[in-house]
Amino acid sequence: MDIADFFDTFFEEAEELLSDMEQHLLELDVDDPDSEQLNAIFRAAHSIKGGAGTFGFTVLQKTTHILENLLDYARKGELTLRADLVDTFLEAKDIMHEQLNAYRSEEEPNQEAFERICQTLQQIALDEIGERLDAPAAPAAQSQKSQSSSSSDAEAAMEEEAGGGHLLVALLNVDEKERILLVEELEQLGDVHAQSGDEKRYEVILKSSVSADDIEAVMCFIIEPEQISITATEVEAVEPAASQSDSPAPVAKTPPVPAAKASPETSKASSTGKEKPKKAAPESASIRVSVDKVDQIINLVGELIITQSMLDQTVSDLEDQSVGNSSLQNGMSLLQRNARDLQEAVMSIRMIPMEFVFSRFPRVVRDTASKLGKEIELITEGKSTELDKSLVERITDPLTHLVRNSLDHGVELPDVREAIGKPRVGKLTLSARHQGGNILIEVRDDGAGMDRDRLLAKARENGLNVADTMSDEEVFQLIFAPGFSTANEVTDVSGRGVGMDVVKRNIQSMGGRVEIQSKLGEGTNTRIVLPLTLAILDGMSIKVGGETFILPLSTVLESLQPSKDEMYAMAGDDVVIKVRDEYLPVIAIHEVLDVENAITDPTKSIAVIVQGEGRRYAMLVDELVGQQQVVVKNLEDNYRKVPGISAATILGDGSVALILDITGLHRLSRYKKEAGKKVVNNQNLSFFKEAEPS
Amino acid sequence: MSQANSGAVLAAEAESREFLVFSLGDEEYAIDILKVQEIRGYENVTRIANAPDFIKGVTNLRGVIVPIVDLRIKFHLDKVEYGGQTVVIVVNVADRVVGIVVDGVSDVMTLTPDQIKPAPEFGVTLSSDFLSGLGSLDDRMLVLVDIDKLLTSEEMALVDNTSSQ
Repeated sequence: MDIADFFDTFFEEAEELLSDMEQHLLELDVDDPDSEQLNAIFRAAHSIKGGAGTFGFTVLQKTTHILENLLDYARKGELTLRADLVDTFLEAKDIMHEQLNAYRSEEEPNQEAFERICQTLQQIALDEIGERLDAPAAPAAQSQKSQSSSSSDAEAAMEEEAGGGHLLVALLNVDEKERILLVEELEQLGDVHAQSGDEKRYEVILKSSVSADDIEAVMCFIIEPEQISITATEVEAVEPAASQSDSPAPVAKTPPVPAAKASPETSKASSTGKEKPKKAAPESASIRVSVDKVDQIINLVGELIITQSMLDQTVSDLEDQSVGNSSLQNGMSLLQRNARDLQEAVMSIRMIPMEFVFSRFPRVVRDTASKLGKEIELITEGKSTELDKSLVERITDPLTHLVRNSLDHGVELPDVREAIGKPRVGKLTLSARHQGGNILIEVRDDGAGMDRDRLLAKARENGLNVADTMSDEEVFQLIFAPGFSTANEVTDVSGRGVGMDVVKRNIQSMGGRVEIQSKLGEGTNTRIVLPLTLAILDGMSIKVGGETFILPLSTVLESLQPSKDEMYAMAGDDVVIKVRDEYLPVIAIHEVLDVENAITDPTKSIAVIVQGEGRRYAMLVDELVGQQQVVVKNLEDNYRKVPGISAATILGDGSVALILDITGLHRLSRYKKEAGKKVVNNQNLSFFKEAEPS
Repeated sequence: MSQANSGAVLAAEAESREFLVFSLGDEEYAIDILKVQEIRGYENVTRIANAPDFIKGVTNLRGVIVPIVDLRIKFHLDKVEYGGQTVVIVVNVADRVVGIVVDGVSDVMTLTPDQIKPAPEFGVTLSSDFLSGLGSLDDRMLVLVDIDKLLTSEEMALVDNTSSQ
């Protein structure tokens, strides 16, 4: 493996460490900092620095080094934390993230930002501790822990004496039980020449080819780094002290195996330190796999399912001819169950918890709130709710916008809140949970809520067609209209990023929808309903003249047998059907899609009431076949967009069925009627395409 | 090709290309074999409404949705029949997989550059833009189709114009 292959691993790990660091910084209580958290932050910085040094990312290494030193003072209690210091640390983290991204895209990081943050951090060191920090002399200086000033000497000694130098390992304040463990550990790493001392200070002379840092890292499993001091030593000078030695002469030269085994562990150990035993399990229980590979498996499993259905069909045909064999049938049903389980398991690989999205919000909320001078408490619920990875990536931006919007327009200023009897601190809740086959993500605030009258007035001002009789839900949906803003002035927060219309469009493109519930003075709840995955769709298969089509089940409301007196002709060709006091436009699938041999008499066909983009239609079909889950296949990969069709799928018999697009069909039906039922040729179709917003 | 200039023959061989020969009615056509992914029977094609008549529909090729084009309809042949002999040549053009329906596949031919003659200006049905030449092989004439240009052309309506621009 080339070193470049490790780069990606480093980038990913560093990214995780940075987000860990950010999370801990945000959770940190400045007045009473938790030493565990400070240690965790320090360790994250330390690990990044080590990695950056190894890969020669000097700028990142230097930045981290200075930050790490400050953090070291902080965790030792020599630096008193303040909110503004935490802000600076967060800023440093951001800059480190930028540097990391720059290295990732093989560019040099921004020198100006680097110098600025170094200056700022140096200044803090100077002001708070009265000490000037130096940039690290060499990348090899891995450890900056309190006692380890000597460890670089140890390393130097090691390098001189290739093949193993003598190290004096001093264990401070270690009780006997732990000491025995440690000595055993050391015996694994090298030859213990001598050991002596008491609980306060126990000295072990070790001949080993393992570096001092690695030894320290291994021992950190058991004790604190502060309890260890490792120095290079002249073996002759200490030899006399070996009188109490339990294991006298070196039995054999250290086998290289334990050393090699120790080194991969050490890198992890240095990153997680003494929390290691707790964190070890999840770390080793996951592997990184490229999304392409996962998608390939999902495709193959889809194929398997189809093959299985085809076999199933064949076997049941055999059964009809009563040549079926019971063990064959048993085998088939077992295969079916296994194949379904496999599909479910494979689909779950793509699912990742919402935590990935939610984890960025503490920062967003903190920054936005401080900019707006508001006090916000962020509550997240349902972090473990899982969602398809592709959706997780696409939901982040719209969600960020909704959160910013809530903070800006929703939650009031602390003084205002106090005046109206609300707690000063506003509450913003992000929640995610499963609901049916969907995932429901909510952004709730306890702010001012939406003013129906003001929205209507603003809509009129913008020339939108509104009526006072509109339902609240419809009025609130107005904020998603392009160019619609109720903010009296464009602030830094709301003026940035995508508009609400883009939010809605993004969510719709994911197959989801947005709903708003709001009460004036009490708050707003924005609900995003998303399908769990884009790869599978719950469909209703229908038949029209021998052809099978799929309707997305989410669009189907009900089906009924139309009778003559419910159908009304309107101005020529248009037909409407009266369903419970509502007149719905009728779309005859066989007309729109030119299906031959279909039932043309509406009273003999079935009307499926469907909903698309908030409007209802009655679709005339010959037969309802049943519900089934289908794997969505893109038509545009090898062909082109087809009006009225959203995608395709493969049925149990291996044939292709088209998935209908309700609004597209309605548009196509209107277009065809306008064209006088002429066979639509290609030129006309391309005209049609232009008329279609895409 | 005399033995005296065997060097030139070698050079010509190096430049020679292999073609898959197929028939449409009585005519023989050929396409670059490197574009061909596989050959399969014509079956299970799902019609696409409102598409031009030469687009027969889409089919499932091991989980991939592939459009099927009938070149016989496109080239206005009189007799268009679907039977056991009807063959679909699956080609790879412009990162897409497309199946073309032909009457039959005969063989694979190697043509040297001097066997490929420039195509004359043709009529309306098949513009010479879509031909890479005419191959002459003894008394046979092969129409060499530039399948890339043909299938990505606007008149084939296989590719979204908006996306290809």
